[in-house]
Amino acid sequence: MAALIEGVGKKTLNQLDYVGGLSIQLWASLRAMGASFPIVGNRYRWKASVGQMLQIGVSALPMVGLMAVCSGFILAMQGASELRRLGAMHYVIDLVAVGFTRELGPLLTAIAVSGRSGSAFAAEIGTMRVTEEIDALRVMAFEPVEFVLAPKYLAALIMVPCLSIAANVCGILAGGIFMFFSTHLGLGLYLQYVLTSIQLRDVISGLIKSLAFATIIVHVGCLEGFRVHGGPDAVGRSTTTAVVKSTFLVIVADVLFTAIFYFTGKH
Amino acid sequence: MAIISIRNLIVEYDGRRVLDGLNLDIEQGETMVLLGGSGSGKSTLLRQILGLERAHSGSVFVKGIDITRCSQPELRLVRRSVGVAFQSAALFNSYSVKENVALALREHTALAPSIIDLVVWMKLAVVGLAEFGHLHPQELSGGMKKRAAVARALALDPEILVFDEPSAGLDPIVAAELDELILLLKQAFQMTVIVVTHELPSAFRIADRIAMLYNGTFLAVGTKDEIRNSEHPRIRQFLDRVPGNIAKAPAVAASFEKYLQAQEANL
Repeated sequence: MAALIEGVGKKTLNQLDYVGGLSIQLWASLRAMGASFPIVGNRYRWKASVGQMLQIGVSALPMVGLMAVCSGFILAMQGASELRRLGAMHYVIDLVAVGFTRELGPLLTAIAVSGRSGSAFAAEIGTMRVTEEIDALRVMAFEPVEFVLAPKYLAALIMVPCLSIAANVCGILAGGIFMFFSTHLGLGLYLQYVLTSIQLRDVISGLIKSLAFATIIVHVGCLEGFRVHGGPDAVGRSTTTAVVKSTFLVIVADVLFTAIFYFTGKH
Repeated sequence: MAIISIRNLIVEYDGRRVLDGLNLDIEQGETMVLLGGSGSGKSTLLRQILGLERAHSGSVFVKGIDITRCSQPELRLVRRSVGVAFQSAALFNSYSVKENVALALREHTALAPSIIDLVVWMKLAVVGLAEFGHLHPQELSGGMKKRAAVARALALDPEILVFDEPSAGLDPIVAAELDELILLLKQAFQMTVIVVTHELPSAFRIADRIAMLYNGTFLAVGTKDEIRNSEHPRIRQFLDRVPGNIAKAPAVAASFEKYLQAQEANL
């Protein structure tokens, strides 16, 4: 019994330590973020941010686009198979448009970015830890959070919402193609229906979620990297942990945000 | 006046005492070698001198500032006067050798790019790498990486130059070349040099004074001759390369006996 209580206590303390680490890192990165801004910040950090934007955003665009197209087709077909029996095929348009804008676009993007970039952040920083590069930065009077993390965070805050919008467009277009082939609804008319079914608050709630997901992915990935101790196997473990934890936390955050928007009458 | 003063320094890892109440003064312009076997605590002491880890108690004064208690801006200021060549070189792999050396110059000084290029060339020339600045760290040999790390450590003309195991992993000729480089740098720039090593020929070649560490305490601090003529049994064992009991038959038998007793107790 004592061992059980000790185990629970240890796990709880570990979780609190992790949450504390994330909070401290988030605060430090927000304070250091100014250095990554263009014009007013350090031009080398801004250059690093632009490089990260290309990696997080531009390189991920084909993958996110393809995932969104597939999901758009799936959602439209699944919705149509039920709604057709009720003679309410036009509701497929609302389902795809609202479903993507509020939910699927940000979520699919977050899962893709977590798998691609979250793991890369953990691997990069973990390797820097193992090869003493992080220590080298510190003794050269650089702050690792400002030098390594802040440019990634700024890039993710810009690119994840952009990717979400791209995913929304791809998913909704996939729904339009399905509607064209199944009900011969023209694409122009489909887009008109889409625009009437989506409201500005749907777009804003999706973008708020994207910003939260970007924060989770960057901070979990970087914290896992900063906490690497040992050799190359520890880097491998941190990479896996970063993806698993960030994906889990993204879904938990999604539930929380959806509940908040639902109960505050946003949806 | 001592440029570095260590007072009653105690470091513990998970309750295990690694450094036990160390006191040491390193005078300006001298070469202090921290000598000791594996696990003696010399790398831990170095990390304390560099402010990379938090001590359990005690103080480390660098240029009169207690770096165990000072603010982050003060610590950054102290660090600008310290150059470190890490055991693994810790060069930034994504940068060329030239960019590695230029990093601190372009971020911590207001020098024009053309002046930075000139300074970088001079630092690389000092370590014999003027022709190799365009290469990336992964394209260099072990000895060249260490020399590149020295060039980077010299970038801001530090008052204190620190070497962590400079000869580790190098053949005797390259190791001797590095020793000569350390002597040359000290002579040319009048810096305080701290070297952590367990290589006796290297230590006795470059040291003004030697601090001999064993199990987290100083066995002796003195000149080369004082250490060489010491009658302390542990120092004699280290200098005369007398093996310990760990690999001798009675010790192995005792250890095996202990293992069997533990197994029986578990049954």
